[in-house]
Amino acid sequence: MIMQDALSLTEFQLMELLDVGWAEVTSAVAHISAIVCPPYQSALSLMEQRVKNEHLAGHLPTGLKGLDEALCGGIPFGVLTELVGPAGIGKTQFCLKLSLLASLPSSYGGLDGHVIYIDVESKFSSRRLIEIGAKSFPEIFLMKGMAKKMSGRILVWRPASLSEFTERLQQIKVSLHQNEVKLLVIDSMAALVSGFSRFGSIFKEIKSTISLALPIVFPKSLPLPSIANFTDWAHSRECEQGIPRQHPLGWHVSFIKSLAEFSRIPIVVTNQVRSQSSDEACQFSFQVQRWKETKEDHARYGSHLVAALGVHWAHAVTIRLVLEAKSGQRFLKVSKSPISAPLAFPFDITASGMSLLSDDGIELTGPDINAIHSQGHSDIINFTGESLQ
Amino acid sequence: MEVGRLPISASQRGKLISAGYTTLSSLSSLSPSDLALDLRISDNEAAEILKVASLGSRLDEPEGGRAIVNGAQTAWDMLHEDEMFPRITTSCLDLDNILGGGINCKEVTEIGGVPGMGKTQLGIQLAVNVQIPVDYGGLGAKAIYIDTEGSFMVERVLQIAEACIEDMTECNGLLRKDFQAGQLKMHPNNILENIFYFRVCSYTEQIALTNYLDKFISEHKDVKVVIVDSVTFHFRQDFDDMALRTRLLSGIALKLMKLAKEHGLAVVLLNQVTTKYIEGSFQLTLALGDSWSHSCTNRVILYWNGNERYAYIDKSPSLRSASAPYSVTSKGIRNSASTCKRIRMM
Repeated sequence: MIMQDALSLTEFQLMELLDVGWAEVTSAVAHISAIVCPPYQSALSLMEQRVKNEHLAGHLPTGLKGLDEALCGGIPFGVLTELVGPAGIGKTQFCLKLSLLASLPSSYGGLDGHVIYIDVESKFSSRRLIEIGAKSFPEIFLMKGMAKKMSGRILVWRPASLSEFTERLQQIKVSLHQNEVKLLVIDSMAALVSGFSRFGSIFKEIKSTISLALPIVFPKSLPLPSIANFTDWAHSRECEQGIPRQHPLGWHVSFIKSLAEFSRIPIVVTNQVRSQSSDEACQFSFQVQRWKETKEDHARYGSHLVAALGVHWAHAVTIRLVLEAKSGQRFLKVSKSPISAPLAFPFDITASGMSLLSDDGIELTGPDINAIHSQGHSDIINFTGESLQ
Repeated sequence: MEVGRLPISASQRGKLISAGYTTLSSLSSLSPSDLALDLRISDNEAAEILKVASLGSRLDEPEGGRAIVNGAQTAWDMLHEDEMFPRITTSCLDLDNILGGGINCKEVTEIGGVPGMGKTQLGIQLAVNVQIPVDYGGLGAKAIYIDTEGSFMVERVLQIAEACIEDMTECNGLLRKDFQAGQLKMHPNNILENIFYFRVCSYTEQIALTNYLDKFISEHKDVKVVIVDSVTFHFRQDFDDMALRTRLLSGIALKLMKLAKEHGLAVVLLNQVTTKYIEGSFQLTLALGDSWSHSCTNRVILYWNGNERYAYIDKSPSLRSASAPYSVTSKGIRNSASTCKRIRMM
């Protein structure tokens, strides 16, 4: 009988199964519990261990000074960090830069390790990666062979289905110790649920064509809007395929978290947004009974976007970084974090990746820190870093 | 059949019944060797069975002069006991007020809210505040922090510990002008040292730990708060058998209540939210289902009210339903900004 059964059955069931008395069963359960129970340590020894054994006490610096300060050093090891925002806002750009940072030698602030990049929507661009590297760290990248070495440490994998992803996750767990992997990026988690966008590859094709300034011929069968909001349209097509209310990735979330915990590496996951439906739950029953201001609230929430994957997922991630656009300016908000104040930093995407316009974040009060806006941002970023109007 | 109620193994019971011993009285005047011969078992086994049987019959008889029900307490005694046990402050005046002074020891309190409300912050604050020395109105005790989600960040605990010591030193300076003897000698590292941290990675480990806690606390008698952050996480992943889940959860709740009562400590369970369809609309509610909502003695819900964080007493046998604002600052849980203004104006 395995441990799980022994602890899940009642004492009477165990007595029946093992044919022993009450005293034996209780002492057996106590004994098993003592063995299965995880070990303890004081919070002090936990801290000392981290400071001694890990890079910057367990943080991966992002190179964005304001964000690194807010997160006590950078993206923390051992937990899930989520990036959520509307399409085209810069989530993949951020992930590319992080992958680069993890592969850099420690003398340049990197983790000197390998990166596994799970590219669900085929958004990874190695050309863009090298460009970011060359512009941000010219001293390293211009050295002979360094570009090849750094990008050689980043392993990109495109799962063809959810079951393939599941299988590969388990293999990753085994190889984590052997391959000196220091960062895992999953871009994006929401796409796994919505069954892998059909548009992902078409979209990438078109993006690269635009940057070459070639004319594009659209087949008559696809009803396309103007180029400016192509990103939004493709994205909304994905969302309509039905990111279900119930969270079907229960096992995966648990597994990925335990992966992060055991290997003590940072895991960064990106998430999409969807519009808030009118019957969205936003109050507790005692609130509904007390205040009947539902009409006003509905009007307020009507225009909001919310993160996909639901409230269960929102609980599971430890740090949530919201990327949004308000009145044409992009903001990076530290929406959920056990170690930071609710700060918002304005940012831009340039040739060298994301850069903050101000390192002093604006402190937001109230639930606005969790809201995701998408007002007036131009969606398409081509590879030379200029926005297309 | 009375013999059927005895806590003995199935085969022993079977042998007793087939040998004709169906009631406890039939066993009362038997010697172990006679029983052993009858049932064809060893003398020792027979002696064990008779011991268990005599215990069983003793419980049925009323004892002259003793309590009617073994182990019960009168309400008067309980009232006095309540007054003896101090409460754990949350560092927020309004929140302490609606809680009747703070988190009650000897009871299980459940605290739930949407992500980002400050549940983990409150948990860490309580783990630090339970260590406030008795001289400063605290318990001077230690804490157990059971982390199921990995949201316990040591840097934050250090921040909160430092702020707590700062506040105490300030209080020292204000109240005790002649503090030669009572100078605070605490260092943030001392506070971190007194928090026992367990990281739980599956529901099996969670059950095992709940079983093991009794032994652990008997060895560390100065633990006065057990915080589980969060009790929900491992029970929300992929549980096919809901009946099993309900049973396991109620088992955990009972064990924790027993722990709280026997050792006189506070158990704080942090819970997540989920959506539920009630009366024609989707509403938020605490996770783990309806039967769990009965399991905890007290229930506090953290929610947004406009731009402020509020706590609401949803269920409590002794506290009235009330809300109080609080805030999460770099120092931890503190009074909300509006309360601070009110106090300054007074």
